Amino acid sequence: MFSRLLDNVYIMDTGTVCGILEHQGPLGMYFDKYYQDYYCHEKTFEKAERRMLRDSLDICLKKIDMQESDIDLYLGSDLMNQNTTVHYLARDLTKPFIGVYGACSSFTLTLALGSMLIEGGFANKIMTMVSSHNATAERQYRYPVEYGIQKKNMSTFTATAGVSTCIANMKTSIRIDAFTLGRVIDYGQTDPNDMGRAMAPAAFDTFTNHMRDLKRSVDDYDLIVTGDLSHYGLKIFKEMLKQENIDTSNIHDCGCLLYDASKQNVFQGGSGCGCSALVTMGYLYSLLKEKKLKHVLVIATGALLSPIMTAQKESIPSIAHAVSLEVVE
Amino acid sequence: MDNKKYNQLAQSMKPKSHKIKNSFNAFIYGGIIGAIAQFILECYMTIYDIDELGAVPMMSITLVFIACLLTGLGLYDNIAKHAGAGTFIPITGFANSMTSAALDSKSEGLILGIGANMFKLGGTVITYGIVSSSLLGVIRYVFTLIG
Repeated sequence: MFSRLLDNVYIMDTGTVCGILEHQGPLGMYFDKYYQDYYCHEKTFEKAERRMLRDSLDICLKKIDMQESDIDLYLGSDLMNQNTTVHYLARDLTKPFIGVYGACSSFTLTLALGSMLIEGGFANKIMTMVSSHNATAERQYRYPVEYGIQKKNMSTFTATAGVSTCIANMKTSIRIDAFTLGRVIDYGQTDPNDMGRAMAPAAFDTFTNHMRDLKRSVDDYDLIVTGDLSHYGLKIFKEMLKQENIDTSNIHDCGCLLYDASKQNVFQGGSGCGCSALVTMGYLYSLLKEKKLKHVLVIATGALLSPIMTAQKESIPSIAHAVSLEVVE
Repeated sequence: MDNKKYNQLAQSMKPKSHKIKNSFNAFIYGGIIGAIAQFILECYMTIYDIDELGAVPMMSITLVFIACLLTGLGLYDNIAKHAGAGTFIPITGFANSMTSAALDSKSEGLILGIGANMFKLGGTVITYGIVSSSLLGVIRYVFTLIG
């Protein structure tokens, strides 16, 4: 498949902004900024999501002591139709911008694309931006925010977050050492309220391709995290691995790590591109910097569903992209 | 692994759904709403001395108003989370479906937002309510011709 090793791609720094539930979760202290409510002092949820992403960009730029114009290229993605958040945000940018869509897998997709461009020598500094917002996603993919309905217990909860990550060809303490791009996998799942089950096979496919292509095994990693399979999806994913006799003790899921599902009302766990981005760039990035972890594989999963196709009873295509982060000795 | 095998695997690990608990909650919450409605009805009839024919629609309107208000205050979905069908089936569920859709789309303005989207969820109830009542009307008419 499409796995590549990288020599020259480093993570400069990151900016993470989250909502109140993410802040109250077990990893809350790892995020740079949070907002008390879904409106983030704006008039609409869409503007609120944009504001969070803008904040994360500003925080990231401040950390690396650079201006917005010092970045060569911006890569962005979110969950809205027409990539609304990032495209409307990009109006304020004076540098070229590419909007990509990979649903919840966007975080690793943008990182992988950025890494390719840097490794190929096409750019020196690239900013990747991903965002998701619970209220905007609910509205677009499910029901109105205040609609009183009992959700299925296989549901996941879209994380509210904006995350910007700057990658460059200048040496820092953490590098992206490899990536694997995923295939679209569809195992005939039709329930849009059960995305963990739809996405687990995609995570499995990318996982096996990554290990086979790069001749690696689970032992090469301190931690392997999937994006937003949630408790149920992670269980299925682990079972699929067990059937192949793969050790699953160091495999986790960002959606399960971000919230405390026993106390917070998030059903099976978090989802959305903000979920994997927050956990990876907030929590795991800190652990990598402190050298508590040396080598981490992030497999962000995405359900590429459209509400219209779901209504037409089509099954859900899923995808997963993997990015490997390593501490530079 | 093929689709069938995968479905078997996934099905075997499915988290338990709380059907009995949900049904019980729906029964209790639905009952509470019914009791409140009866109380309001009795109040209208005894305090304001309105006959039952006039008091019933007033009671319905009062319930709709309460449901709309709770939706606007962001409380209704929190109650509905536990109540399920208990708040969904009574007239309060219909009121909530309209108010929540209107609230969601207020950012797009009065015409393209609230006006166009208010019946996004409730529209189904109205459409099939009218269709089924028309059909029943026809059936009843046919029966009266025979009878």
